[in-house]
Amino acid sequence: MATVTLNIDGQKVAVELGTTILEAAQLAGINIPTLCYLKDLNVVGACRVCLVEVKGARNLQASCVTPAGEGMEVTTNSPAVRNARRAVLELILSDHPYECLTCIRSTNCELQALAEAFGIRRVRYEGERLQKPLDQSSPSIVRNAEKCVLCRRCAAVCEKVQNVQAIAPQNRGFGTVIAPAFEAGLAAADCVLCGQCTLVCPTGALHEKDDIQKVWDLLSDPAKHVVVQTAPATRVSVGEGMGMPPGSIVTGRLVAALRRLGFDRVFDTDFTADLTIMEEGYELIDRIKTGGVLPMITSCSPGWIKYIEHFYPEFLAHLSTCKSPQQMFGALAKTYYAEKAGIDPADIYVVSIMPCTAKKFEAGRAEMGSSGYPDVDVVLTTRELCRMFKEAGLDFAELPEEEYDAPMGITTGAGLIFGATGGVMEAALRTAYEVITGEPLASLDLEAVRGMEGIKEATVQVGDLPVKVAVAHTLGNARKVMELIRSGQAGYHFVEIMCCPGGCIGGGGQPIPTDLEIRQQRIKAIYTGDAAMTLRKSHENPAVQALYAEFLGHPLGEKSHHLLHTHYVERRRNRDL
Amino acid sequence: MGNEEKQCVCAIIARYRDVPGPLLPILQGIQEEHGHLSEAAMHQVAASLGRPPGEVYSVATFYTLFSTRPRGKYVIRVCENAPCHIKGAPAVIAELEKALDIKAGETTPDGKFSLEFTSCVGICGVAPAIMVNQDVHGNLTPSSIAQVLGQYR
Repeated sequence: MATVTLNIDGQKVAVELGTTILEAAQLAGINIPTLCYLKDLNVVGACRVCLVEVKGARNLQASCVTPAGEGMEVTTNSPAVRNARRAVLELILSDHPYECLTCIRSTNCELQALAEAFGIRRVRYEGERLQKPLDQSSPSIVRNAEKCVLCRRCAAVCEKVQNVQAIAPQNRGFGTVIAPAFEAGLAAADCVLCGQCTLVCPTGALHEKDDIQKVWDLLSDPAKHVVVQTAPATRVSVGEGMGMPPGSIVTGRLVAALRRLGFDRVFDTDFTADLTIMEEGYELIDRIKTGGVLPMITSCSPGWIKYIEHFYPEFLAHLSTCKSPQQMFGALAKTYYAEKAGIDPADIYVVSIMPCTAKKFEAGRAEMGSSGYPDVDVVLTTRELCRMFKEAGLDFAELPEEEYDAPMGITTGAGLIFGATGGVMEAALRTAYEVITGEPLASLDLEAVRGMEGIKEATVQVGDLPVKVAVAHTLGNARKVMELIRSGQAGYHFVEIMCCPGGCIGGGGQPIPTDLEIRQQRIKAIYTGDAAMTLRKSHENPAVQALYAEFLGHPLGEKSHHLLHTHYVERRRNRDL
Repeated sequence: MGNEEKQCVCAIIARYRDVPGPLLPILQGIQEEHGHLSEAAMHQVAASLGRPPGEVYSVATFYTLFSTRPRGKYVIRVCENAPCHIKGAPAVIAELEKALDIKAGETTPDGKFSLEFTSCVGICGVAPAIMVNQDVHGNLTPSSIAQVLGQYR
């Protein structure tokens, strides 16, 4: 492979041809500041914060887009570089609201961090400021164009990772905004509310809708019985938000912390993840036996659901009719649990802790109240929960490890792995294999469907039937799988699709930063947690077995149909006007 | 969008949809035919090309020759770049706003004139300059505005 050797700050660095100066410097342990740069996704040289001196060049070069050249002499820290970067930052700040103290990204803002690193104490430039109304139209994401630095990371993720293109640069020059078409609100766009844009936004221009106060209000009303459910992915990420290293497994501390906030019961979405496997597993078996629509596609990920409703509505019959574990939980909390605990369902409130911004939208869907009450009352993202813990003054790392409450906190490793891409598939196969063949699976670890590869395929022999499955994460990969299904070439029986990169552990409501390495650490934590569980198959969950015996009857039964299954709607507002 | 406009937009799309990079010529065609790009027309273009509406709107709002709002019969474009600015564009703009009784970005109530800014029109030698539809007028002063407008009134 061709290499070039260059000199960066007096260090000789040999790199592969095509490497940028920024990457070469990183390899040499030299950190060049960046703002708009997002590895592999947004390499556009827009912000000019990464300027460096290149000997012989007419002016300073943006290191993120300048390839390293043979014999190049680069200086990353000189008076000219520092002055230029400072001027660039001051210009950006001159059109940025000084609301740091009250900003949702305070202390976790890349612009704030740069201003601090460069010791900017005064902004020399004063001029017009962009004035745009706050976009609070969606239930999940708030867009504040006035805090936008036009780095385009959000638009890059929306286009290149999710293939949605709900937001794009509009207008030009000073009037440029990153917005949906016609500068409409996000609610009117084809936005799936996945929140990946909120993970990459360097400032407070795109962020989750904050529903914390609603939860404080519920908790402070003694007449209300407030139960909380925690999504599988949150127990491997809440720690990060509380200052612990990525991949920390904090299940017991999370339970303890939620109890200290005042929740009446601390339950687990893993319980209804196990239940999903029962319902979805039987649905799959039924479809295969009766010649139903195949492949069946998972329906746990609300961003994915909204995507297929917008972009592939002709395939809605392929979706499993199962509600997501979040919604199943809510429906059962207000029926099964209410009955069991002897509490009027009108007094029960369900709060969800989710790694996901789209879950806020899902909870508000008109279909999600078949018990007569809304399944879920408030959804908090992992980030919001961490803010509540901080407000409550919890010393998270020092908390004791506590157990979830019974019965809806009794779970298996199969429920836990829902949090990682491939997890639903693996959990489903663990159960389907045993239910159909009556024999135990030789190995519970289905490595073929694990990991960060975009599309994973496997064929698992279940009795006489070779079951062909596929697993995709990110909507860009979902689109590829859908096109394959459309072509009739796929031959899949069962497909798992998760909206976010890495699955729910990489969800749009997770702590910031969430990058590839952090995603991998969370995934590792998920499988470590699974391996440590006594029960690792959904159908062996005794609480799920009891639920069927006491309340539901059997999978796909009448009660299940009423409470746990749903339907979908076609949404083509923006493409078919 | 009325039926007639819809058919016309369809015809323009059909004319260019197979040329490489069809978006700009389609938008230009609609702009010429209808004087502006309506939201409905942009939706139709997006749907026909299988592109997200945000991309169409992005292009439509980037180029100053496109307008997303209805405009007057005569579109006056005033260069807002540095050479014209230095040679007295601000006074010319003020006079235009006074004479037409509208601000930049607006259209006269009789639908005759729209006043807009544009980037350099390439005739810095006769700055400050304006364009009225396709006509170029240079070496302007506030006192020459009445005469220029008179040609179109």
